[in-house]
Amino acid sequence: MTDLSSKPPGHNRWATFLYGRPRVRLALLLAIPVVWLVGVYGGSLASLLVQSFYRLNPFSGTLERVFSFDTWAAVFTDANVAVMIRTVTMAAAVTAASVVIAFPLAYYMARYATSRMKALLVLAVLVPLWSSYLVRVYSWKLILAADGIINWFVERIGADAVLQALLDAPGIGGPSLSISIFGQFVVFTYIWLPYMVLPIHASLERVPRSLLEASADLGAQPATTFRKVTWPMAIPGVAAGSIFTFSLTLGDYIIPTIIGDSSPFIGLAIYTQQGVAGNLPLAAAFSFVPIAVMTVYLTVARRFGAFEAL
Amino acid sequence: MRKAGWGLKTAAALTLLFLHIPILFVFLYAFTTDEASFRFPPPGYTTEWFSLAFSRTDIRAAVSLSLRVALVATMVALVLGTLVAAAVWRTRFFGRNALSLFIILPIALPGIITGIALRSAINLADLSFSFWTLVVGHATFCVAITYNNVIARMRRTSPNILEASMDLGARGWQTFRHVLFPQLAPAMLVGGMLAFALSFDEIIVTTFTAGNQQTLPIWIFSSLVRPRNRPVTNVVAVFVVLITLVPIILAQRYSRRSDEA
Repeated sequence: MTDLSSKPPGHNRWATFLYGRPRVRLALLLAIPVVWLVGVYGGSLASLLVQSFYRLNPFSGTLERVFSFDTWAAVFTDANVAVMIRTVTMAAAVTAASVVIAFPLAYYMARYATSRMKALLVLAVLVPLWSSYLVRVYSWKLILAADGIINWFVERIGADAVLQALLDAPGIGGPSLSISIFGQFVVFTYIWLPYMVLPIHASLERVPRSLLEASADLGAQPATTFRKVTWPMAIPGVAAGSIFTFSLTLGDYIIPTIIGDSSPFIGLAIYTQQGVAGNLPLAAAFSFVPIAVMTVYLTVARRFGAFEAL
Repeated sequence: MRKAGWGLKTAAALTLLFLHIPILFVFLYAFTTDEASFRFPPPGYTTEWFSLAFSRTDIRAAVSLSLRVALVATMVALVLGTLVAAAVWRTRFFGRNALSLFIILPIALPGIITGIALRSAINLADLSFSFWTLVVGHATFCVAITYNNVIARMRRTSPNILEASMDLGARGWQTFRHVLFPQLAPAMLVGGMLAFALSFDEIIVTTFTAGNQQTLPIWIFSSLVRPRNRPVTNVVAVFVVLITLVPIILAQRYSRRSDEA
């Protein structure tokens, strides 16, 4: 073993030097990450803004690096506004459905599950959140297909008429489930659901049992306790979860490509503009739409305590 | 404690089934003899698609590219995330909040924004797409995960151990190697595994930074959009599920154990 004390006193020069100079230490630690995050990533976001003021030459279709408002004017055409409205409506519907479906599971996890069971349930929610996003979308292609399991099941129980009525419904129907808006809505909800379960669970965990007992002692029926105690305390969690379900639906283009009647969503419009259409400036300008919507959404969600429940 | 009512139990169970049943169909269809449609129930079962998938060079190349990108991006994210966590740990400095915002932003904004932003920067800087543009894209959103895991661990670590180590005469490197690193290693491992799983099947940022390179998710996506070799696609999908499942389950078990310790 080396005897450290016999080394000359200068051996720890570097460590001592850094210990006495937190600023230098900080600069060394942060140099590379700051270049990466602020330089590369922040710079990329800034380039998006620059790009949105360039334009494609209307005749040759080549990129012109000159300052112009032409591209921004092209964002707010009637057709594009319809795309924005469709996307925001879908995001809102998906968010509402996620709350309804996630709540019972989150409530059960927080109030009744034993600690072993709870760990298992958290894992059961985490796995679909982290893994195989694309494959999970694809699985619905198999399920919703015209000759797939749903149709098979519907035929077995003789509910063809119900399914047909759903497909014929204006606005949500389509030729088959996998090319209908309703199918799209189901898949969006399925994919983002875990993001809603976890924050609601976390906020319900923070409801003290004594508070519920106090409510019951004071004569409240279980339903009243839920409405006046549990639900208000779950709202920050619901708001936090809704940030994810809303934001993720807003930017997604994979689901509308694989499922649905290929009517465009914001994400799909951006993707098509940069790819097939080769109009990077328009794609850049269009991508400020979800950023703007999310900025408004975050401001509102913050009022409901969403940031404390993240 | 009161027992849960059957209504609540049923609703919770239905939500769980909704979360997990669909993926099972991908496993089922990987064995179907039906090549052209999604017929249910499958007319017959076979394992021939597995050997077919493994013999395909385009699939192998895509798997290899995805693995390499995920590995390198995870490494980069671990280094960056740990550096930032070390800087933020018990130090207040100008721009600290802005920095933590910049770390969260790539996963807080919809993936398409990060993707199109990087795509636009690559375009403006007249760079060409390469392995490294993919790594930069992936590492950027992976940093959020590694940083979060490491900073959570650091918050539970007393900085006094560093002073104690140095007072006992350890050099800077020795202090890191024998004192700080063993404290952080579990968190880095968990963060690294999650980042790997996230990177391996990421498609959105990937699409914008890949050019014409094919990662595994891009391969799957393109064979979904233009349906071809459907049975092989099912096998590849099964493979992706299994390979991302392992690090997530390990990470979860490991983080629970080190929390209890």
